Amino acid sequence: MGSLLLRRAFYRGSIAFAFLLMLAPVLTVITISFFRQEIVTFPPEALTLRWYVNAWSQQEFARGFVTSLQVAALATLIGVPLGTAAALALQRSRIRGKGALNALLLGPLAVPGVVGGTALFMFYLRAEFWLDRDITATLEGLVAAHVLLTIPWSVRLVSASLTGLDRSAEEAAANLGARPLTVFWRVTLPMMRPGIVAAALFSFIQSFENLELTLLLVGPGRTTLPVAMLSYLEFRMDPTLSAVATVQIVLVAALMLLTDRFVKLSRVV
Amino acid sequence: MGDLVLEALTKRYGGTVAVEDVDLEVRQGEMVALLGPSGCGKTTTLRMVAGFITPSAGHVRIAGQDVTRRPPYARDTGMVFQSYALFPHMSVAQNVAFGLEMRRVGRTERETRVMEALRLVRLDHLADRLPGQLSGGQQQRVALARALVVNPAVFLLDEPLSNLDAKLRGEVRMEIRSLQQRLGLTTLIVTHDQEEALTMADRLVVMERGRVRQVGTAEELYESPRDPFVAGFVGRCNLIEGQPEGTAGFRARGGALLPCTTAAAPVGTGGVLALRPERIALAAAAPGEGAARLEAVTYLGAQTEYVVDYAGTSLVVIRATPPEGDPLRRLAPGDAVALTWDPAAARLLPAQ
Repeated sequence: MGSLLLRRAFYRGSIAFAFLLMLAPVLTVITISFFRQEIVTFPPEALTLRWYVNAWSQQEFARGFVTSLQVAALATLIGVPLGTAAALALQRSRIRGKGALNALLLGPLAVPGVVGGTALFMFYLRAEFWLDRDITATLEGLVAAHVLLTIPWSVRLVSASLTGLDRSAEEAAANLGARPLTVFWRVTLPMMRPGIVAAALFSFIQSFENLELTLLLVGPGRTTLPVAMLSYLEFRMDPTLSAVATVQIVLVAALMLLTDRFVKLSRVV
Repeated sequence: MGDLVLEALTKRYGGTVAVEDVDLEVRQGEMVALLGPSGCGKTTTLRMVAGFITPSAGHVRIAGQDVTRRPPYARDTGMVFQSYALFPHMSVAQNVAFGLEMRRVGRTERETRVMEALRLVRLDHLADRLPGQLSGGQQQRVALARALVVNPAVFLLDEPLSNLDAKLRGEVRMEIRSLQQRLGLTTLIVTHDQEEALTMADRLVVMERGRVRQVGTAEELYESPRDPFVAGFVGRCNLIEGQPEGTAGFRARGGALLPCTTAAAPVGTGGVLALRPERIALAAAAPGEGAARLEAVTYLGAQTEYVVDYAGTSLVVIRATPPEGDPLRRLAPGDAVALTWDPAAARLLPAQ
C-alpha cells in the first residue's frame, strides 16, 4: 500500500519535472519580456510593456511579421490542396509504387532544415543564373521553399484522417444514386474536412515559425520573422526579442490548440 | 418493386473462389436470408447485387432487367449497412433526403416523403439531429428510412443487427420484418446469426465456402437438411459418421448400431446420421443394464442438456427439465440411462 503510493508519487514527480524542463525556457522568455531593465537581472526592478512597443517600432520585426504571414498563408494555400490530392491518391488509387511515392512526399521532413536550405540556396543561385531573374530573397522563392514543408505535413495529416474514414458511407451514397463525383463532393470531402483544416493550421504554423530552411533564402528587405529575430540577436540582447518571441508563442500555441480540436495531433506528430 | 434473380453468379479473386455458381430467386415481396459462417461468400453475393463488386461470371436481374454491368448508382437497390453508414455531417432529415435529391425529386415532395419515412421508423421528432447525437438503434432506423424512402426495387440488408446490443437487436428485428411485410419489399438479408435468419426470413439460403448448400424455409432446413453441414448449422444436431447396414440401422464408426428407417442406402457406402438432440428420449436404467452411460448433465433452466456415451458414440440429448421429484432430476454423470428415438427422426445424409 505504502509502496504503491510512493511509486505513484514518484511517477507524478517525474512527469511534473519533465514538463518543467520543457516549459522553463518558454516561461522564462515570457517573464523576461515584461522586465523593465535592459540587462536581465532578478528580481526585476519593475514590470513594463515597453519592449512590446519597441518591438513593434522596429521595422525589421514588423516587416518580418508581415512577410512571415504572407509566406505561411501562400505556402498553405498551395501545399494543402496538393497534399490532400496526394493523400487521396496514396490511399485510394491503384497506382504502383505507393510506398516510394509516400516516402518521397514525406521526405522533406527527414532532411535537416539547414541541409535542405543550403541545397535550395545553391539551386536557386543556379536557377537565377539560367533564368536571369531574382529568386532568393523574393516572396516566390520563399513560398516555393515553404511548400516543401506544407506538402509533407498535409499528406501526413490528411492521410491520417482518411485511414479512419468509413468507406461504407460513400457506398451508401452511391447506392442512393450518387455518381462518383457527387459522392466525392457531397460525402468524401465533407468527411475529410477535419483532416484538411488540421493540415492547413499545422502547415501554417510550420511555415510561420521556420528558421533553418529559410535562413539562407532571405535577403535585405525580405526577411521572415524568425530570421529577423536571429539577426537582432547578433547585435543586441534586450527583452525586445522576448516580447517578439512571446507574441509568436501565443500565436502558435493558439493555432496548435485549434488544430488539435480537428485532428488529435498526438496521433500524427 | 420487383423480383431479384441471381444466375450462376460467381466471383473469383485470382485462384480463390469467393462465390461459385449461386442461383437464387427472390420473389416480389419475399424476404430471403443468406446465412453462413464468415467467409462463406454471403456478403460478397450481396455486394454483387448492390454493384460494389463486379461478378466474374453470371448475372444479376432486378425486376427482369439485367443489371450485372450497371454501376451501383444505377441499380435501384436500397442498402442498409452493418456500420449504419450515415453521413456524419448531415442531419437525420438530410440523410434521408439524399436519395430523393439524387433522383431530382422537388423540394416540397422531398420534405413530405422524408417526414413520412421518418414517421415510419418513429424518428420524425429527431429530424434535425446529427447522426452522432443518436443511439445505435436510432441510427440504424435512420439508415432504414434512408434506404426505404426511395422505394427501391430491392432492399438489401448487410448484417443490420450485429452492431446492436441484444435487447435492441430483438426490437429492430421486429421492426425490419414488419416494415418489410407491410411495404411488400423484395428483400435480401445477410446474417451469420441463425436465429435472426429463422425469425425474419421467408426462406433461407445456407452458404458454405462460396456455394449454396440448401435453400428452403426454416422448417425445411431444420426438418430435412440435405447434408451434414446444413444439419449442423441450422439448429443443433448429433452428426454421427458411419455406414448404413440395411434394415438393421446405422453402424456408427464407434461400433454402436443406431436405429433408423432411412437406411435404404446400399450397405457399404459411408454416410452421416443426423439426429436432433431433442428427438431422443432419455430414461433411467438399472446399473449395468443399459447400453448408455451418462457423461455430463448441464442444467439450462427450462431445458437440461445431457451428454451420453451410447456404446462408444457420444450423443447430445436435450430434454425439458424434469419436474422436482422426478427421478430423472437426480441423474448424475456415471449413471446408466436408456435412450430411445423414433427411427424416422434419424436422417441419413451423404458423407461430407
